[in-house]
Amino acid sequence: MAQIHLRALRHSYRARPRDEVMADWALRELNLDWRNGGAYALLGPSGCGKSTLLNIVSGLLRPTHGQVLFDERDVTGLEPGERNIAQVFQFPVVYDTMTVADNLAFPLRNRGLPEPQVRSRVREIAALLDLEATLDQRAAGLTADGKQKISLGRGLVRADVAAILFDEPLTVIDPHLKWRLRSKLKELHQRLGVTMIYVTHDQTEALTFADQVVVMDNGQVVQAGTPVELFERPRHTFVGHFIGSPGMNLLPCEIDAAGVARFDGHAVPTAVADASAARGKLTQIGVRPEHLRFARAGETGLPVAIERTSDLGRVTVVDARHGEQLIKVLVAEAGHLPSRDASLVFDMRHTQVYADGWIVE
Amino acid sequence: MSLELREVTLRDGADVHIHPTTLALAPQGFNTLLGETLAGKTTLLRLMAGLVKPSAGSVWFGGRDVTGVAVQQRRVSMVYQQFINYPNFSVFDNIASPLRVAGTSGADTQARVGRIAELLKLTPLLDRKPAELSGGQQQRCALARALVKDAELVLLDEPLANLDYKLRESLRDELPRLFADRGCTVVYATTEPAEALMLGGHVATMHAGRITQFGPAAAVYRDPVDLTSARVFSDPPINVAAARKRGELIVLAEGVQWNAPGALRSLPDGEITVALRPHHVRPGPQAGVPVRGRVLISEISGSESVVHFALADGAWVSLVNGIHSHPVGQDAAFALDVAQCLYFDAAGRRLAA
Repeated sequence: MAQIHLRALRHSYRARPRDEVMADWALRELNLDWRNGGAYALLGPSGCGKSTLLNIVSGLLRPTHGQVLFDERDVTGLEPGERNIAQVFQFPVVYDTMTVADNLAFPLRNRGLPEPQVRSRVREIAALLDLEATLDQRAAGLTADGKQKISLGRGLVRADVAAILFDEPLTVIDPHLKWRLRSKLKELHQRLGVTMIYVTHDQTEALTFADQVVVMDNGQVVQAGTPVELFERPRHTFVGHFIGSPGMNLLPCEIDAAGVARFDGHAVPTAVADASAARGKLTQIGVRPEHLRFARAGETGLPVAIERTSDLGRVTVVDARHGEQLIKVLVAEAGHLPSRDASLVFDMRHTQVYADGWIVE
Repeated sequence: MSLELREVTLRDGADVHIHPTTLALAPQGFNTLLGETLAGKTTLLRLMAGLVKPSAGSVWFGGRDVTGVAVQQRRVSMVYQQFINYPNFSVFDNIASPLRVAGTSGADTQARVGRIAELLKLTPLLDRKPAELSGGQQQRCALARALVKDAELVLLDEPLANLDYKLRESLRDELPRLFADRGCTVVYATTEPAEALMLGGHVATMHAGRITQFGPAAAVYRDPVDLTSARVFSDPPINVAAARKRGELIVLAEGVQWNAPGALRSLPDGEITVALRPHHVRPGPQAGVPVRGRVLISEISGSESVVHFALADGAWVSLVNGIHSHPVGQDAAFALDVAQCLYFDAAGRRLAA
């Protein structure tokens, strides 16, 4: 197990990247510190640089600039095999002709661990993953998720790894099983206490798995924070949009003389008492669909017309329109749904102001 | 145009891939086949398309028997999970190819490709070749090609499964709107209950080569006819437990009991199955039947908390909005909103409530 420090990392796939041209860089300068035994997720859309970053940590890729430190030891120039890490990939990597037990034992036998220790460790991991009943079966006969469980097991079987890296490990799994494996992985992290780094584009996987989620866009870290921080106080509108389903509503606004945000002339109470500093920039009000509700009789709010409602079982998503602006509102299963015209009330504590995309503190 | 299956069956020797299936889809509507991998969704789509001939039964389209009519003779468009593009064509030419085959005019082609490219966020990429696109962009290109022509029947086999989460979210929002004014019948296969609800329209739940229920999405979700349909249409998985009906009571475990709903009271006493979706199991002392259980796993997803706990020899799941963290290994209080309970008999059939 190890702490991992990333120091001034930059990466370009070009032969001669130009410092001043952002498009030349797949990864722009980045510093991150990961503590021993933590659960981390790298989250972002395809092309954001998360896989590049993971490949630099694993050693598959050598960064153009900067250092990767495992417990203060510089491993930047080392091959993956010399870094003492385990990896789990998107598609199962399984030896079909071997039994499940031999598949799990493979990384241990490779390192010459004595056979009694191999057997006890394989049994332990098989028990954690509910693979005990299949230990003597050939891997070839298993379903896709069964094979992916073996891949996970192989990643988890060595007790002495510096870190385990997961690259979209649940993408090919059905929702029902994804749910089970996700919980399993969380449980395994709690029990084994190994540093785990998990790459995904799926916010639910990232948020439920990790203590800290690193949100990336365009080769940059936009925000690194706990799931609650990312949900309640996204530092950038990209995070507001990317986390949450549907994402944060962003309403163009003006900041009046008193520092109050006004959307289409309507004063909107926000978490920022005085937003005067944001004047002169492109300003937006950011509020999540969860933090809006329809006004009760006698209450005032922003007038909207109800355009569409979709019943998702647990919640209903309402498309509400004010002029050009579409605003998404979430209403709980038993909550009040107005039929046509309504007004919206903003939860002030959770209504933010953004200037040029960044949160106004 | 409406699509109808009459006793459609697909056998391969002793293996039955599709059990006799009768289904009349909503004409010009959005229909979703919901089920796990290997439930038979793709096979059923291929039977609808005419790519496979049924062993028995018939396929009707617009009041005409089209069983055995080749797919080329019908205005059917199909999109697969693994998308296919012409590698030597630009994105524009890939999207335009079905229109060119159909002899559409240049101006019309330009306009239609432009519109679909805009929708699928491909406009800046129209001059590129597929190899110069990311995986997600290639899939959008193939999707655009299938949507650009005027098919009467559009079959979509998990078309968003390989796309990024956020892109899927916006396409799920757009797809029903896109088809709303086209007058074609759409059948969309997915493994995800949430997707079936978001797309709206009608849903057929599928399991092991059978359609278990068909109806408006929200109605099937709330009123499953059997335990299989309830399970297929729940994400996170629905809590299922054995219970006893005893007089006027439903008894889940020692000390965990509540009044049986009216329609159940007249049934003889005995074993039944109760099912309750995770969002109807709330943490803390709240309205409902109070239970205590040891916390197994506690997850917070930003806006929601998910707690797995042990109750009466089983593992239960509670899902609630907001942040509720529970120490693992300790006992915690939960409340079951039993008014939302679904009851099933030994064969898994829904008991009227």
